[in-house]
This record gives sequence, C-alpha cells and structure tokens, in this order.
Amino acid sequence: MSAISLKNLDISYQSKKVVRDVTFDVAEGESFALVGESGSGKSTVLKAIAGLAPDWTGEISILGQARSHKVDRDVATRCQMVFQDPYGSLHPRKSVDTVLSEPLLIHGLGNRNSRVIDMLAAVGLDQRFRFRFPHQLSGGQRQRVAIARALMLEPKVMLLDEPTSALDVSVQAEILNLLKRLRREQGLSYLMVTHNLPVVSFMCDRMAVMNKGRIVEIAPASALHDGSFTDPYSQSLYAASGGNPDRKEMA
Amino acid sequence: MTAPLLSVENLRVSFPTPAGRADVVKGLSFDLGRERLGIVGESGSGKSMTGRAILRLIRRPGHQSADRMMFDGLDLTTLSEREMRKLRGARISMIMQDPKFSLNPVMTVGDQIAEALRTHERLARKDVGARVIEMLHSVRINEPERVVRLFPHEVSGGMGQRIMIAMMLIPQPDLLIADEPTSALDVSVQAQVLDLIDELVRNKGMALILISHDLNLVARYCDRILVMHSGKVVESCAAKDLHEATHPYTRGLLAAVPRMEETRDELPVLDRSAWSGT
Amino acid sequence: MTTARTWLLADSPNSKLQANLGNGYRMMGALMRNPLAVVGMVILSMLLLAAIFAPWIAPHTPFGQNLGARLLPPSAAHWMGTDELGRDIFSRVIYGARITLMIVTLVAVISAPLGLLIGAIAGYFGGWTDKILMGVTDVFLSMPKLILALAFVAALGPGIENAIIAIAITSWPAYARIARAETLTFRNSEFISATRLLGASHSRVIVRHVLPLCTSSMIVRVTLDMAGIILTAAGLGFLGLGAQPPLPEWGAMISRGRTFILDQWWVATMPGLAIILVSLGFCFLGDGLRDVLDPKQGGKS
Repeated sequence: MSAISLKNLDISYQSKKVVRDVTFDVAEGESFALVGESGSGKSTVLKAIAGLAPDWTGEISILGQARSHKVDRDVATRCQMVFQDPYGSLHPRKSVDTVLSEPLLIHGLGNRNSRVIDMLAAVGLDQRFRFRFPHQLSGGQRQRVAIARALMLEPKVMLLDEPTSALDVSVQAEILNLLKRLRREQGLSYLMVTHNLPVVSFMCDRMAVMNKGRIVEIAPASALHDGSFTDPYSQSLYAASGGNPDRKEMA
Repeated sequence: MTAPLLSVENLRVSFPTPAGRADVVKGLSFDLGRERLGIVGESGSGKSMTGRAILRLIRRPGHQSADRMMFDGLDLTTLSEREMRKLRGARISMIMQDPKFSLNPVMTVGDQIAEALRTHERLARKDVGARVIEMLHSVRINEPERVVRLFPHEVSGGMGQRIMIAMMLIPQPDLLIADEPTSALDVSVQAQVLDLIDELVRNKGMALILISHDLNLVARYCDRILVMHSGKVVESCAAKDLHEATHPYTRGLLAAVPRMEETRDELPVLDRSAWSGT
Repeated sequence: MTTARTWLLADSPNSKLQANLGNGYRMMGALMRNPLAVVGMVILSMLLLAAIFAPWIAPHTPFGQNLGARLLPPSAAHWMGTDELGRDIFSRVIYGARITLMIVTLVAVISAPLGLLIGAIAGYFGGWTDKILMGVTDVFLSMPKLILALAFVAALGPGIENAIIAIAITSWPAYARIARAETLTFRNSEFISATRLLGASHSRVIVRHVLPLCTSSMIVRVTLDMAGIILTAAGLGFLGLGAQPPLPEWGAMISRGRTFILDQWWVATMPGLAIILVSLGFCFLGDGLRDVLDPKQGGKS
C-alpha cells in the first residue's frame, strides 16, 4: 500500500488548468520531493492532496483510501500539512498550548495535558514555551509549533510545503534534522515541496521535477550526487542550483 | 591602495524597545575601495540596517550614529538631508529585495527609469528615451521598446528585478548596495540577475556591497566578505578564503548548509553559546 | 507589588491564566500611558458610579414634584436648578446615567455581535453568501440612521425599549462592513487553512479563529460609536419617541427644557452637558483603545 497515490491528476484554479496529468506513488515510509520553480504547480498538487484545492479530476488516495474533494475529518487523522511561512501559519492571538490542544478538541481526544507536554518534548521545544504567544517566538520555534500541531493527531503522512525556505540557514538545519528524526521515530511518509535541491539531497529518497504544470522527470535523490538527469529542464535546474563541476571543486 | 571610496568607522544603529534602546548595529567599521564587498548574516544580524545606514535611510524611531562615514571625500554624517537626496541614486544606489514593492504600480517602466535619470541629469527628451532603451538592452531585456510601455504588474519577477537594476544603474553611481537582490526570485533567474550585476559592476568600475544571507552566493560574487552576527562583524576575510574561516559562527553557518551531494545523516547545528554570552 | 508585576510580565508563563492576565496587564499599562484614554476612563467610571449609586448620590428623588419650587436657578439646595415641575435636575441627571448606560450597553450587546457575525460569515465564505449579506447591509447603510430609527419607533410605538431596538437595528451594518473587511485580510492565510485541515468545521473556524481577530477593531469602533448612539437616543428622546415621561432620560429632558430655554437656560443645558461629557469620554477612550489594540490604524508611532 502506498502512502500517497496520484493518478492522472489535473488541477484547475479559477477555471484555468494549472496542473496536468500528474501520476506518482509515494511508498509508505518514503520521503518524496516535488521540485520546480514558482508557477510549476508543485504547491498546487500538495494543496489538492490536502483538500485545499477542490477543483481537480483524476484520483488521489491516501494510505489506500481515495479522498473526496472536500476537507474531511477522516483524512485529517491520516494526513497533515506543514506550511511555508511560520509567521502566517499560527493564529496571532492563540498561545502554543491552545494551538496544540485544538486538534485534540476537534476530534474529542482526551488526555490533552500530557499529550501537549509530550509533543513539545518531541519537537524539541522547552516546556516554558507552552503558554507563550506566537509574537514571543522566533521563526524556528514557530515552525516547531506548526510541526507539533500537524503531529498531534498522529498522522502517518505529512505534506511539507517549503517548510524551511523562510528560515535562516542555521535554523533550517535544526528543522531539517527534526523532520528527519520524527520521520524515523514515528514511521512517517513525507511529500515535500521545495525549490532547494540540496535540501532534497539531505531529506528525500526520490523526487519529481515539475515544470509548467507537468512532471518532467521522476528521479532518485542520488541523481543529485552525479547529475544523472535525463530531461533537459531537470538538468538546467540542477545546474542553476549550483550542481555544476566548478562548484564541486570549490567545496 | 588609494584612499577608500567609502570609509565607515564605529557605525551604530539603535531602536527603542520597552527595555530601553537596543543596538542592532554595534560599532561597525570597514573601508571599501572599488571592489565587491559581501555582508553576510542571518536575520537580525544588522546587515540590512548597515546598508540603509550608509544611505542614512534609518527611519525614526531608529537612530544611527558613526564616528566617521566618508564617501569619496564627502562626510555623510554631516551632509544635510537635501544633499543626501542628491547623493542617493546619483552616486550611491540601492537595490531592494522585492521589485514588486519598489516599483510604482501606476507608472510605466520606461517613465520610471527615465525619471531616475532626469532627477540626476539634465538631458533632452530624445536623449533620455535613447538612454533608457540602451540601459534596458544592457540588462538583457529583449524588445526594450515594448517593455518601456509596460506597467510593473505586467512583468515577471526576474524582469522586474532587472528593471530595478536598470533604474539604479542608469545615473551611473559609484557605489551599488544590493540588499538580498535575488531572494524573491527562482534559482535559474537568480544566477542571471547576479551575473548581470556582476558584469555591470566590473565594466563600469563601480563598488558593490552585496548583502545576503547566503554564504555561498556571496563567496561567488564578491572579493571580500564580512560576516555579521548580532550587530557585530565576527569575521572578515577574502572570499576565496571563506572555507578556511576561523570563527566558530562562520564555520557553523557553512556546515549547516545542506550540500548537493549530501551524505551526512544529520546537519551540524550551531551551538549558540560557543561565541556569545547572549 | 513587584513580585505580582514580575509574575504578570513573565516571559514564560506557567499557566493559561498567567499568560492571559499578563497580556491584559500589558494592554492596561499601554492604555494608562495615554493621557486622553485615562481622561475617558475617568469620565466613564464616573458615569458608571453615578448609575450604580444614584440613590445615594442624588439629593432628591428624580420624580418628586414640588410645584412650589418650579424653575429655580442653580443654588446650594439645587445644584443644577429645578425644572418646570419643581424636580431637582441634578438628581434627574444622575438617575439619567442609568438610562444612558442601559441604552448604550444594550445597543452594543445587540448590534456589535450581530454585525460581527454577519460580516465574518460574508467575508469567510465569499461568493454568493457575501453578495447577499452585503447587499442587505448596503440597503441599511444607504438610509440615514436617525430617519430609519424614527421609522422603526413609529412602527413599534414610542418607548425606551423600542428606541434601543431601533438604534441597534440601524447600527449593525457598519460593524458588518468592518468585520468583513478584516476577515478578507486573513481568510486565505495559512493558519485558517491549517485549522481546516485539522478537521475543524466552518462554524468552529469562524467562532474560534475569525471572530477573535475581528474583535479588537470592533471594540474600538463600538467605543467610538457610543457617542453617536447616545446622541441618537437623545435625539429620539428629544422628539418624544424615546423614553417617556417621567423617566429622566437626558434627551427627553432637553426636549422639555426647550420651552424655557431663553429664560431658564439650565433646564435644557444641564442634561446637554451630561451628554457632551459622556460622549467625549467614549471618544477619548476609543482613541486610546485604538492605539493599544490596533496599532496599524493609529497614526502615530
């Protein structure tokens, strides 16, 4: 059974087709990357899987179950999403404790106090942050809270939308390490959207390169080591990201 | 070396907080010749404030002071606001992060570039038009005759940033300050824009201050690098020696960047207690 | 005192209560640094105290007629003079505070939540919901407030309750507009999407996430509108459609005093002063609140 399976997915936005004929499978426990430049439709694919872009045709299934076009509670417990902007993804008036308790309240889960405490520990946040508000946290700490919120319902599939692109390099390293550790510890599958190829090299097993709404190539992450891409667009993206010979000499 | 183009000594920028004034730039000093200087740091390091302070663009309630800030024989600390305005754009230009916020949405691209030129030079209308087209050519915009009639929302991000560069370079400044000029752009466009800045700077013999959070990018496009951390320069070195940097902060930053041929299982994380008490 | 302060301002509060109290304390502190807001608060606390302790403050009963002491000018015995039935105006103004406070509170309690909810729903769902709700709102907004209130009172019959209902009905559309505008600014933001993805229903998102973000600008607006509400209520009272005699409503008192305004100026002036003072109080407090709750709208710093 695959974690995420997409078949012939077409997605429209305001009656304009922005993604065409996307087909790929993410195996359970795998970390899969969708890479491409802005406007390539990579984030739209993620939104459709999450249920935030309802105007699609084709087939989307999560852990073997086809999903509906709407946001639904059932999918919520299996699949969660982490957003790009740590400043926009937390409600400005809600404390960390409220943010983390909310998913438990929605799904009527008990034992909230201890679950929140455990989750803070799991994402590496000190307990003293529990009653702080977002404006009292740094970007990296906010992203940890956002990851914790997504994990509260113990989903098995995580959708990551450029989770570190708004962060400083040193903080990015911390968050990437955290995501990698959580995946190992909780047996998660990741589908990650990014434009940063070195991040893919660190985090992912396989990747799909998207250009103008289509997938042009699906390659193993090892292709980033030797540049063995077959599609000309993937090659140019690889070169522009610094994956060229003179970069190797410098390092 | 001859007298430097820009010489800054003990530059300080402070902002008020509930707990008193806090310095975001704490006594920065450097000399700049006709060379390419990179200022690198993470958010909150004071790198952008340094760029703005050189142009005396720190808005209230922020406050800046310096023991010395000489630009080509002019004392920037004592110039009147009016003289500063003449200097900005004409002799020192600044390229900001996002072209969307720096271009006037209701003026055509051509008019904006022409205005940048006219405020600093008296030229006949015909010559202005020719100079604008020529400048757009040099920032590699195809069909400049068509582009001058476009409005900013009709151009892509990469083209917008090239138009910004054209606007900043048309008065032929001596110093160009580029503050994260490409972080809003896609990788493939990033390289093009930076190559362009680099080429124009070299050809015209300008000085460049490139402000960025990206160590590798700065190393590629600059001669000399200042690494800033919480308002202070922690390391100053030639760009080619960056990988032999000695300060633990610089080394930590370098190590924390994932590489294209990544084999590490975990990225080294900065131990923030290693070099500062805070 | 210092320990309470450090407890309130702690960077890492230990409980929800401490965090919320700390926030309240910071806001209060910011409000206290604004001199006009303090003046506004003092005036409004005077109104509140006058309303609560009216029987103890007022030297006479507000209804006690004494035809032997008609239309006396202000003196030591009657600080604001007496009216045409020999009632002590000062006592009536003090008791009038109760009515004013009741009007203001009820109008705020009815119209602000109504406007807030309608605006938030319109802004959150968009599309047809938005068009229909905002169409209705525009119809109400396009009519002059006092005329509309007059029409309602005329239909419902004069009286203080009907005046309150009429004012509430005419004042919600402005709040709906504000709430909608505010909602539009963040309805596509990631924290709303994230909450939806957790499985939260639309009503939960609106009530727990959208409304709390609209309330601060709403509180500011309602406070600033209070002056207008008091004036509308007084206007209705003046026209004889609000509070009925012998209730000591300020607008109605001015109306009664109009007959004697040239010879016995104090009969109309004293309740008028009370209206001005309270309106001013609300305006000052509203301005102060805006600076504290809504820094982006306040002009300075």
